[in-house]
Amino acid sequence: MLEVKNLTVNYGAITALRGVSLQVKQGDIVTLIGANGAGKTTTLRAISGLLKTAGGEVLYEGRNIANLPAHEIVKLGMSHVPEGRMVFANLTVLENLQMGAYLRRDKPAIRKEMDYVFGIFPRLQERLKQTAGTLSGGEQQMLAIGRALMSKPKFLMLDEPSLGIAPLLVKTIFEKIVEINREQGISILLVEQNANLALEISQYGYVLETGRIILQDRSLALRQNPQVKSAYLGGA
Amino acid sequence: MTEFLQQLINGLSLGAIYALIALGYTMVYGVLRFINFAHSDIFMVGAFAGYYLGHYLPAENLGCGLLILAGAMLICALLGMTIERLAYRPLRNRSKLNVLITAIGVSLLLENAGQFFFGAKSKAYPSLFPVHNFTSAGGIVLSSNQLAVFIVAILLLVGLQFIVLRTRIGTAMRAVSFNHIASSLVGINNDVVISFTFGLGSALAAAGGILYSVNYQAIDPLMGVLPGLKAFVAAVLGGIGNIPGAALGGLLLGVIETFVNGSRYSTYTDAIAFALLILILLFRPAGLLGKLQVEKV
Repeated sequence: MLEVKNLTVNYGAITALRGVSLQVKQGDIVTLIGANGAGKTTTLRAISGLLKTAGGEVLYEGRNIANLPAHEIVKLGMSHVPEGRMVFANLTVLENLQMGAYLRRDKPAIRKEMDYVFGIFPRLQERLKQTAGTLSGGEQQMLAIGRALMSKPKFLMLDEPSLGIAPLLVKTIFEKIVEINREQGISILLVEQNANLALEISQYGYVLETGRIILQDRSLALRQNPQVKSAYLGGA
Repeated sequence: MTEFLQQLINGLSLGAIYALIALGYTMVYGVLRFINFAHSDIFMVGAFAGYYLGHYLPAENLGCGLLILAGAMLICALLGMTIERLAYRPLRNRSKLNVLITAIGVSLLLENAGQFFFGAKSKAYPSLFPVHNFTSAGGIVLSSNQLAVFIVAILLLVGLQFIVLRTRIGTAMRAVSFNHIASSLVGINNDVVISFTFGLGSALAAAGGILYSVNYQAIDPLMGVLPGLKAFVAAVLGGIGNIPGAALGGLLLGVIETFVNGSRYSTYTDAIAFALLILILLFRPAGLLGKLQVEKV
């Protein structure tokens, strides 16, 4: 589905990513864990076209999409739920979802998509006419994921979906992520600081440190890895 | 009482013109967070477009007047989009100050090009609409040109409100105005939306230019400076970035200005209008209808 080869990204004179390579297979949930500032968000932003890359390739379904503009990449069936959710706070919940389907014209299909989103996040349906800025953090995250689903993606990238959200809601949201992956067959690349949770729901994981992949393995194995345990899973 | 109503009508008709110009400032600010200082000169070009188009069509004819209005709006929409494409877009990812200075440059360019091509001398404006004064029993006079201002301004405002609130491109405009990253992640081409916004705002300025000119009957290439400045003030007064706010700010400023003008303090018209602005902003820093944005993290 997605193969990133030797990706390099610079912020001015600073190199943020130094040759990151990773792979997401069709139907998998793959996670990218690492400390603050390791380059997790940068990796996602470079893949979705928000950042220019300085080197390497982003192969999506066999095609190099590095440096395509973000709005073109959405057309290819990739959807990115950004860090901090970025729901359109000045728009209603309904308008946010409609904007998620911005590139689609087929009204009945869009309607079906919206019903699916309401199925997984009934809370959104209750708040349809409310402006998104008045939602709680957890509800905004649901809306951000729902909005991303409205483009009917084949590949979904989630950046820190647990950030700043009540623990109880985090559990719900992660269950829904698994549900979306299983039911819709959407492949997922998940960036998460909560490594425990991320490794629990994913099949494969990468560990990023100061712009480099230092470790990669099946998630099950990573959870047993002493190095990962001590650095990311809260000790022994 | 008669005088009060008469002044109110005069003020509202001036204010409606300010409102039309203010909308362009506020919409562009909404999507780009920058003040397009060349906007006041697009207003001037709109007036001149009407002047020259007027040569080819009979005067004092409602249909032809509206045709000229539409033509000038189209010309200015294209001009606004061209300016954005050539002058502002290349600076999109630079500091805001660069674009701001560029906008002042474009403004000077339009003013001087106007003097070069149209001549610096003031020109008498043709009567594009049929001229008639409606007089009420109490002696209040409403000129047909004022009536044109009201009708055109209301129709344009309603149309704009419809576009912004009910259409796909309008919702996209609001999405872009919230956040460029989020909008591009749902597949919106920000450049297209920004270009559309410039076109829309410039068309409204052109309408303002023509309505202003038929009422004041003289135009020159520097005519945009003061109304432009006042419309900018109106936009800030209403809450920059807020569309109903710009309309309200324009009307308010027009009415205040007209009343001061009709009083014995008329020498201080502009001073009083601007002092009032400062006063309102002291108490409502975000403008009358603006909200201070607090972002949840």
